[in-house]
Amino acid sequence: MKKLTIAKNTKYIADKCSIDSLLTLLKEQKFKTVGPTVRDETIIYDELDSISDLPIGITDVHEAGSYRLKERNDKALFGYNVGPFSFKKYLFPPRLTILKTKRVDGKITIIKENDSVDKLALLGVKPCELQAILIQDKIFIEGEYIDNYYKEQRDNLLIVTTNCTEAGNSCFCTSTQSGPEAKSGFDIAITELIDDNGHNFLIEAGTKNGLTFLKKLPLSEPSDNDIETAVKKIKSASENMGRKLETKNLKELLLDNLNHPHWEDIAKRCLSCGNCTMVCPTCFCSNIEDVTSLTGEDNERIRTWDSCFSMEYSYIHGGTVRASIKSRYRQWMTHKLASWQEQFNTLGCVGCGRCIVWCPVGIDITEETKSLQEQVTAQAEQLAQAEN
Amino acid sequence: MPLNTARKPKLAVWKFASCDGCQLSLLDCEDALLAIADSIQIASFPEATRAVIRGPYEISLVEGSITSAHDAERIHKIRRLSKTLITIGACATSGGIQALKNFKDVNEFINIVYANPDYISSLQNSTPISDHVKVDFELRGCPINKNALVEVCNAYLNRRKPNIPTYSVCMECKRRGNICVMVSKGIPCLGPVTHAGCDAICPAYNRGCYSCFGPSEDPNIKSLSGQFEKTGMSKEELIRIYRGINANSEEFKNESIFHEQK
Repeated sequence: MKKLTIAKNTKYIADKCSIDSLLTLLKEQKFKTVGPTVRDETIIYDELDSISDLPIGITDVHEAGSYRLKERNDKALFGYNVGPFSFKKYLFPPRLTILKTKRVDGKITIIKENDSVDKLALLGVKPCELQAILIQDKIFIEGEYIDNYYKEQRDNLLIVTTNCTEAGNSCFCTSTQSGPEAKSGFDIAITELIDDNGHNFLIEAGTKNGLTFLKKLPLSEPSDNDIETAVKKIKSASENMGRKLETKNLKELLLDNLNHPHWEDIAKRCLSCGNCTMVCPTCFCSNIEDVTSLTGEDNERIRTWDSCFSMEYSYIHGGTVRASIKSRYRQWMTHKLASWQEQFNTLGCVGCGRCIVWCPVGIDITEETKSLQEQVTAQAEQLAQAEN
Repeated sequence: MPLNTARKPKLAVWKFASCDGCQLSLLDCEDALLAIADSIQIASFPEATRAVIRGPYEISLVEGSITSAHDAERIHKIRRLSKTLITIGACATSGGIQALKNFKDVNEFINIVYANPDYISSLQNSTPISDHVKVDFELRGCPINKNALVEVCNAYLNRRKPNIPTYSVCMECKRRGNICVMVSKGIPCLGPVTHAGCDAICPAYNRGCYSCFGPSEDPNIKSLSGQFEKTGMSKEELIRIYRGINANSEEFKNESIFHEQK
């Protein structure tokens, strides 16, 4: 048999054992391997020992405000969409001590700690999750100010993407152009293929780092049929998105209608609980707390995830700027879908649908956008008719 | 500046209608209590010692609600003796579980419960301390979180604002990595309208939040009730879910009465 030459950006065939070997290899190279696993009737991301930890034969069923697991009729390893948490917590932890100081004889010194990060391999990174990481890169390391923790972990990160061959009911990555297939940004990309020919994976390296691992795996050359099947499945996922977000003129729609009565309508339903921001893979707001010991000698500065849905978030001298739920929801949505574009030259939404699923009252960002659009169009038509 | 070099500020703990659980949280501070005692003179604390140092006091921690005419007078005396008055717990802050009597005729209870009702002198309503005197800070919870109590004392000692967030339990719940019980299991949960502070302990054990910390800063209770109704909660259950530890808080009281009168 001809020995295969493994190259970058070329697809090969791997079987389940090769995927398991990839995990073993990563562990040998001292990577902490994190990926999807079933916990508490959901699929979360946690440390994986072998592929048996993956959600084998399990999928997730999404509705607005509802998430349930269901058994599949195959043994797919990556046959789910997105769970409650993104990979955000690994690069941007919910709670992080960023500074420690000690005061001795009235003099404050900064305590230096050796807090080097682990090498981290993320497995089962869906294309929307990958896009979210690329967006957070813009925020944390590509701007004027660098987030040290994020940068250090990002420099020690290996991303194994799995393309989506099925779309979920709350998915709309086609609208946000972040899936169902990852085009770049991954070290390794996998597309799971299950059909009469068996259970295989198309695998490709996107970086030199990814390539070094691929070279050590037992792989074979894909047939034309394999490639075609993958293309078909991804296309089918793309055409079967459960949700759709119209992104054309989205910025104008939102920013031109800041005083539209529809915001009041949303505010009647919005709990202002902040769940959407906590589960959003791109939301990056944080709060800084200074924690002092009782004597005031030992102090820590702690960064925690914050949310534009809290009153304190917009508290400045004299009071809270966004005192109503209406103003807070509007801030979140217009930032995510409109002003984010000016700020970071991209949408702040990757179409994962988490804010829809994990909203306790099921407020749907795609429906609200659509509803606003329809009302604005209808009003414009009425006005035009009246003028005629 | 470390304050223990100067005269130590005096702290007093006062009890009104309550179970003592919040006061015990102070004893429960263990090592931190020693550090507190280093910086603060614990001048009156009946759960710990019968020795009392006379006031005035820099800090008064007040536990319990007002349920008798005698207590309604006593709280004014305490206010006069205290530079800073901090209420600790749900009873002192909203009226507590005993405020369930506010929704009925208290004399009926008294007649049923006590062999000699004539000995009992109780007000019709159980009310929070802030209904009677000015309160400087309200620390929520049933019971309060001991770390939060240390934080409040600490902030006072170090002349800074206490880090006590007023947003919803959901924020803590997600940061902790809990899975939302309402979305993933359909369990009714008051977390979205409840003040943070417990680190989302009930959802961490797959139970819905009971709102031991009372309403959050700007709760949209109507919307949450609507969701509960959609998932099949009956009128009686809706009344009951808001008639818990913080039944007498303005927002929960209004909501339970709304469903009762529907």
